[in-house]
Amino acid sequence: MSPEDALLRYVLRLGDNALVLGQRMTERVTGEPELEEELANANFALDYIGQARLYYSYAAELEGQGHDEDYFAYRRDSQAFRNFLIVEQPNGDFGNAIVRQVLFETFYRLQLDALSRCRDPRLAGIAARGVKEIRYHLRHASLWFVRLGDGTDESHRRMADSLARLWRYTGEFFDGDAVDDVVRDTHGGPDLVSVEAEWHAELEALAVEATLALPQGAPMQSGARDGRHSEHLGFLIAEMQHLHRAHPGVTW
Amino acid sequence: MVTATVTVDEVRAWLDRVPDPEIPVLSITDLGIVRDVHVSERVVVGLSPTYTGCPATEVIEQSVLRELRRHGIDDVVIERRLSPPWTTDWITARGRERLLRYGIAPPAVATGKHALLAGDRPAACPRCAGTDTDRVSEFGSTPCKAAYRCRDCLEPFEYFKCL
Repeated sequence: MSPEDALLRYVLRLGDNALVLGQRMTERVTGEPELEEELANANFALDYIGQARLYYSYAAELEGQGHDEDYFAYRRDSQAFRNFLIVEQPNGDFGNAIVRQVLFETFYRLQLDALSRCRDPRLAGIAARGVKEIRYHLRHASLWFVRLGDGTDESHRRMADSLARLWRYTGEFFDGDAVDDVVRDTHGGPDLVSVEAEWHAELEALAVEATLALPQGAPMQSGARDGRHSEHLGFLIAEMQHLHRAHPGVTW
Repeated sequence: MVTATVTVDEVRAWLDRVPDPEIPVLSITDLGIVRDVHVSERVVVGLSPTYTGCPATEVIEQSVLRELRRHGIDDVVIERRLSPPWTTDWITARGRERLLRYGIAPPAVATGKHALLAGDRPAACPRCAGTDTDRVSEFGSTPCKAAYRCRDCLEPFEYFKCL
């Protein structure tokens, strides 16, 4: 795989993660338990949509086929998306959404931190901007993770259930493939082995504080990197793309 | 076409009249998002978005084009500068003064890990300068602001967070 091809695929993956998670978070708008959370979630979702635009615009330039950000968001079928399985999972209750956020964002923050020092100046710039936002999201989600884990019997039980349910989707964060290898070797991207170690250490510390135990030796699910998604993505994409599909080429 | 008589300082002075759409007492130069200005065959303005999803980014770009067109400059290129990322440290001293007079407590401390983890709170109430304040909500009317209450004068106020 050429360095150019790997970079394009890598940037699209970043865009797909950001867009699909942003869309999931948008589904929670008006459904938060209090006004402060309403504002937090909507603001954080907006960060993800903004990041997706930067990744897709850059991907369009790298690809050089005259596509734009809207093409990648609205004109591809769900099988073409390469986001992680965890970001397409349904929101569930408030605690479940927090667990998903903590698991994914702990990884994403480490990924962006490494990318902010990579040799591709454009990607490094996007990552340096984005890591500040994700650091802020993660601090917020971590506070809830601890508060609900170390909360009432009911909140603790639900958090433990969500952790057990979502844990299986974390393995593919670290299943590097040829794209990850080329981006690491030629562009100075993240080393997934050290990212995995840091991810575990951070989550372990947070789980202790939240009186939760991280699942041990559970089987992992993967496949999204090859376009094999869970059933949930198709519905999300169909809703998100509805307007564009019904009115091809529509513009504001 | 750009007339050779236009100088960088003139363009900067005009840009200083373009308000931030969300906090109109601030100009975009107060906010520190005008990164650079070049005048040659055309005028090139480098702007930094405050954060990636900021809905004001496009409005600001349109306002810049309109302001320069008002002065007869049509050939303008706006370049988005992501790197290094904008921080609230770039808000100018005059910008901080204007925020304070408007009733928004300006960002207090330098950004970075410390601000995120602990020390990010307003130095004083923008109305009575009291320092005994309570955070009501970490998230306010825009993503960059938090809601506070002053325990001295009992008035609510907004705080521009360190980002």
